[in-house]
Amino acid sequence: MSRAISKVGTTSLFDSLVSLPCRNRYNGQQNHHLKGWRIAAILLRTAMELAARRPRRGRRDQIAKRLVTKFYREENMLKTLMMTAAVVALGTASAGAETVGFSQIGSESGWRAAETTLTRQQAEERGIDLKFSDAQQKQENQIAAIRSFVAQGVDAILIAPVVATGWDSVLEEAKEAEIPVVLLDRQIDGSDDLYLTAVGSDLVHEGSVAGEWLANEVGDGECRIVELQGTTGSSPAIDRANGFRKALEGKDNLEIVRSQTGDFTRSGGKEVMESFLQAENGGSGICALYAHNDDMALGAIQAIKEAGLNPGTDIKIVAIDAVPDYFQAMANGEANATVELTPNMAGPAFDALEKYWADGTAPEKFIQTESKLYTQSDDPQGEYEARKDLGY
Amino acid sequence: MIGRSLLRLLPQIVSLLALIGLVSVFFPTFLQIDFSDGRLVGPMIDIVKRGAPVALLAVGMTLVIATRGIDLSVGTVMAICGAAAAWAVSSGYGTVPSLILALLVGLAAGLWNGILVSVIGIQPIVATLILMTAGRGIAQLITEGRILTFSDPDFATIGSGTLFGVPFPVVLWLLTGIGFALMMRWTALGLLIESVGINRRASALIGINARVLLIAVYMASGLCAAIAGLVVTADIRGADANNAGLWLELDAILAVVIGGNSLLGGRFSITASILGAMIIQTIDTGILLAGFPSEYNLVIKAVLVLTILVVQSPNLSAQWLWARQALARRRALRDEAAPQSGPRMTERPVPESEVSR
Repeated sequence: MSRAISKVGTTSLFDSLVSLPCRNRYNGQQNHHLKGWRIAAILLRTAMELAARRPRRGRRDQIAKRLVTKFYREENMLKTLMMTAAVVALGTASAGAETVGFSQIGSESGWRAAETTLTRQQAEERGIDLKFSDAQQKQENQIAAIRSFVAQGVDAILIAPVVATGWDSVLEEAKEAEIPVVLLDRQIDGSDDLYLTAVGSDLVHEGSVAGEWLANEVGDGECRIVELQGTTGSSPAIDRANGFRKALEGKDNLEIVRSQTGDFTRSGGKEVMESFLQAENGGSGICALYAHNDDMALGAIQAIKEAGLNPGTDIKIVAIDAVPDYFQAMANGEANATVELTPNMAGPAFDALEKYWADGTAPEKFIQTESKLYTQSDDPQGEYEARKDLGY
Repeated sequence: MIGRSLLRLLPQIVSLLALIGLVSVFFPTFLQIDFSDGRLVGPMIDIVKRGAPVALLAVGMTLVIATRGIDLSVGTVMAICGAAAAWAVSSGYGTVPSLILALLVGLAAGLWNGILVSVIGIQPIVATLILMTAGRGIAQLITEGRILTFSDPDFATIGSGTLFGVPFPVVLWLLTGIGFALMMRWTALGLLIESVGINRRASALIGINARVLLIAVYMASGLCAAIAGLVVTADIRGADANNAGLWLELDAILAVVIGGNSLLGGRFSITASILGAMIIQTIDTGILLAGFPSEYNLVIKAVLVLTILVVQSPNLSAQWLWARQALARRRALRDEAAPQSGPRMTERPVPESEVSR
């Protein structure tokens, strides 16, 4: 029986299911028609046919039909289409509200988790139907997610690209389907007419906000600054270092005496700060610390405390990111200032999209989020309470 | 006996002293140790304290490598144990139960590795790679992707407290190292591990229960990783699942190799591995103190490690021995040729033909 079926080119769903337990034991060859993925493909195809038959809005209908025909041709696109089928089925359920697909990189850090939480909150507040896809740090997952969003006919796509290259063809598909794409937080290499706009912070600006705060705080006094850099060679480390130095230009009383990488981690910050303290006469030669992120500063605060000094008063501390634990440190008087890298990238993105949906006005190609400075006078305890549940 | 083991440790001790000398050139107060606020303070103290995680890992790694295995999972086991302890402490289970939980988690991770290696027979590098990749996910599940902070002063003592002025992590690695070393050398356990490492089948045939021994060795490694995880977690008062112990397995392997242990198993020395860990930490701290730009860190480290390994290389030391003997022969010949004028007057190059005669 199985042999007979294997010779039939296109089996029906029923036949495939029936033949599932059979094995072709006689000619020693694997019977390709009986493999599990084939069954899955046939199930999917049926599901898609059902979905495509449903009456829906024009564009979606076209795209779904095109995909169905495409599927008959290229069955090896199974991975993409599995997701597609799932979202097509979902997509038929909702109508009315604007639908936005969001392809998030993954949950690499607390900041990402907060970004996801805030994006969901923003969408809910505006009555936008958000379809969330977690790419688990893989570009192919993001591409598959975008294709499925296109197939689903969403009204816009938000994407936090995991890498800068390799987006041309998939964004071209979105463009053909007339779906606006907004990049969150990170940029891509390639022509900027592939996306509507990019929302992000200016890393150089963040560094200079921190530098300006320190320059104002110190005034005319002498100040020897130590710097905890991010991972060597990473763009935040380079840009935040440059921005800070730009703010200090022409101020000869401020001097960066030591600069080392703490790898953006708490333990790195603590270890490097210990060596800074050793190298600068037990810390008496240091007036301020600039850390490229809050976590390193938090590690450094512990090192300063263990060396018997008072962080925040003996050594002024300014960092970037504005994570909840740092607000706690500011509330305790152990840290002085931080520059916020807002995880609310979706807010400005939705603002731009709502304008675009309303009358087609295209926003500028780069929307810079505010790099807000928080100091001890900005109710750090309240900020901590507001942020601690965002998933940082 | 003591003389022999000192001879074994000589290359490591010499490397360490040379490095300390080198760093002192760049940072003159390197050897200065003060006593303030009831604790010892100084760059050397920083080194022995910061070197604690790698030293602890190196103890366990030495045993695993002695059985011709390798344990790549120790870095992630650190993260898991740290996360487990931080979770337990912050959910109010008390300090001691939390520490015990972390150690049990470490032992369980070692048991998993040991079973994969000795019962199922997966190559150690792959068997432990499984936990290395999956482990960080487990740790993140425990911490829910955040840096799980706690404010338990007793737990924090493990990372930043002192015992008679000595940083607590140093006490920990000293005790662990001495404990394991005594267990290996006062009993036949060390000998059995070496024999399993040299030839597992032959060891099994003479009646050594290689299977149980292998599992025990991986569990020891897991236990050491758990202690190291507690140290780094207590140090920053928070479990950082993404970064705790990241790449430390490689530093631990490096420490074992600098300690002169063969990756092919067999004879091992825990003391030498710990010295290796201290050599690595001296390089790290030395680079930080010397104040080079951070771009040079890894290059400097690589050059120093390479130099140390080249100097210790058995092939090169054979050459060196040969060269020294040749030199001695040449000198003897020279002295024979001109006995009256004394050695100082005859400092002319001796032709090859003379030497060969």
